Amino acid sequence: MHPSPDIGIWIGGLLTLGIFSFLYGDNPYYKFCEALFVGVSAGHWFITLFWTVFIPKLLGNIGIAIHTFRTEGFAAGMSDYMHWSYIFGGILGFLMILRLFPKIGWISRWSLAFVVGTTAGYYFINYLVSNGLMQIQKTILPLTSVGNIILVVGTFCGLIYFFFSKEHKGAFGGLARVGIWFLMITFGASFGYTVMSRMSLLIGRMDYIFGIWLGMIR
Amino acid sequence: MRVEKEKMVLDRGFSYLLLLAFFFLILFSTNSFAQDPSDTLAPESVTNVDAFDTPNDNGHSITVSWELSSDDGAGKNNVVVYEVYRSDSPEGKFEKRGMVPAGENTFEDQGAKEKDNANYLPSHKNFYYRVRAKSDGLFSDSEISLPAYAYGQWYHTGKTPVLVAVILFSVFAITFITLARKGKLFYIRPLAGIEAVDDAIGRATEMGKPILYIFGLGTADMIATIASFTILSRVAKKTAEYQTPILIPCYDSVVMAVAQETVRAAYLEAGRPDMYKEENIFFLTSMQFAYVAGVNGIMLREKPATNFYLGKFYAESLILAETGSIAGSIQISGTDEIAQIPFFVAATDYTLIGEELYAASAYLGREPVLLGTLKGQDWGKAVVIFSLILGALAASFGFQFFINLFRIQL
Repeated sequence: MHPSPDIGIWIGGLLTLGIFSFLYGDNPYYKFCEALFVGVSAGHWFITLFWTVFIPKLLGNIGIAIHTFRTEGFAAGMSDYMHWSYIFGGILGFLMILRLFPKIGWISRWSLAFVVGTTAGYYFINYLVSNGLMQIQKTILPLTSVGNIILVVGTFCGLIYFFFSKEHKGAFGGLARVGIWFLMITFGASFGYTVMSRMSLLIGRMDYIFGIWLGMIR
Repeated sequence: MRVEKEKMVLDRGFSYLLLLAFFFLILFSTNSFAQDPSDTLAPESVTNVDAFDTPNDNGHSITVSWELSSDDGAGKNNVVVYEVYRSDSPEGKFEKRGMVPAGENTFEDQGAKEKDNANYLPSHKNFYYRVRAKSDGLFSDSEISLPAYAYGQWYHTGKTPVLVAVILFSVFAITFITLARKGKLFYIRPLAGIEAVDDAIGRATEMGKPILYIFGLGTADMIATIASFTILSRVAKKTAEYQTPILIPCYDSVVMAVAQETVRAAYLEAGRPDMYKEENIFFLTSMQFAYVAGVNGIMLREKPATNFYLGKFYAESLILAETGSIAGSIQISGTDEIAQIPFFVAATDYTLIGEELYAASAYLGREPVLLGTLKGQDWGKAVVIFSLILGALAASFGFQFFINLFRIQL
């Protein structure tokens, strides 16, 4: 046994054990690790956003826009003008800060409405393409092999199951039932596959504790 | 005896001589292959070099096509690669823009749109191209192409099926929303997970325990999160009526803000704005497993009677659901993240599978807009099923035209 002399490895190992102690139940050791984990990650998230979004995206682009305007004036190209659009994001962000002032906090709803509304519309097209049209494209297969037939029938019955405005009874209900069977078989396969990948995560942690930290295995 | 021995030696010597002759024959044969005069010649040049604007893009890209060298896969069969060169004048210096392996006859000269980028390719400026057929060390250049310039298109012809689908689904949705607003009642089949919502809230009230509502790791722009806001509105209204506290630890700050507004509006609608506590809807952290650790702690300390997991979930789904189960909570889950649904099915009491999550908001809200949209979606699905059957038959009988109707160029 050759424990690591690195203090950072020791802290990591002890915190890992603290999180694992949750298996025993809620305890002060877990509470300490949890509070540390949540607090440090929230602080890290704030600093990361500040340096990767606020500084380069907002201040950086507005800085470029001002510089271009000062050097080229109105002769600048369209792509140069686009840097000014980041001011719009800055204004929306500023409106969100107004939530801190109860009397005018309602103004922040404009930012929320913009974010939710525009992105929902934007994603509508993406979902339509990936979940609708690509689904049709990939399922249009010649019914010449057992695999293709299963794929087409499974998709057909799965879609029938997701009909909400028609009662699932009679032949329609039978097809929906076949659809849910297809779904459950798929979920079962997915479950097994994902469990195996989680095992590899556990092996990684065990390797950290018994290998890197305690030096018991190589 | 001696004569026989001499004869044997002679035979053996003759055999060795034959082997030696055979060896030299092979050696000379190999050398003669290496010295094939065709190898010392450059491959035939490519012909009909054509440069044109790359279709369906925002400009800054020119496509070059050509007819393969006659030595590509035939003749001397010595073409290894085609190199594409570009210049802004026929007499100017040609710069190499890229290469494609033998057998390919198109190249997309994709430039950058930023002026300060070294790879900048301006739109509306003429360029000339030349293609070099190259063998091992030898090459031959093609004629210079006619000028071509890049420009952006307003309409992407490869996305026509998307436009048709958007128009079709919009017509369905608008039609059924209009009918719903005129008072037409649409049937919606019951969903077990949603039927259980009222019972779950009632149970929390009886036990005097809070309700935990989790959006998962989704941001406010995701469809699953937006659907979850609608369900939260209904749940929060019930909790206001029953005077049961609702806790919402959030992973995303914008989700937290929207959730606060949603719950505040629901409490107002229920006539209990005094019951609303903003501090119950709080930001935890935006790191996946730190968030899980925090929520797990809340579950074990607060012992919520009911847990709702509605939104976008990833690897944390099973950890949360298992902890909720240990805490003895009734659990209702729903997500459109296919890989996580199996975990929710296994570890929670009720699960909304995929699109059921979207339907749940309409089922709970019973608003004409949501009901009409749901009915419109069903009609959309009917079109998909119809296309699927016709497409499968078309593919079976080789009607390529019908299959091409659904081909999307992204």
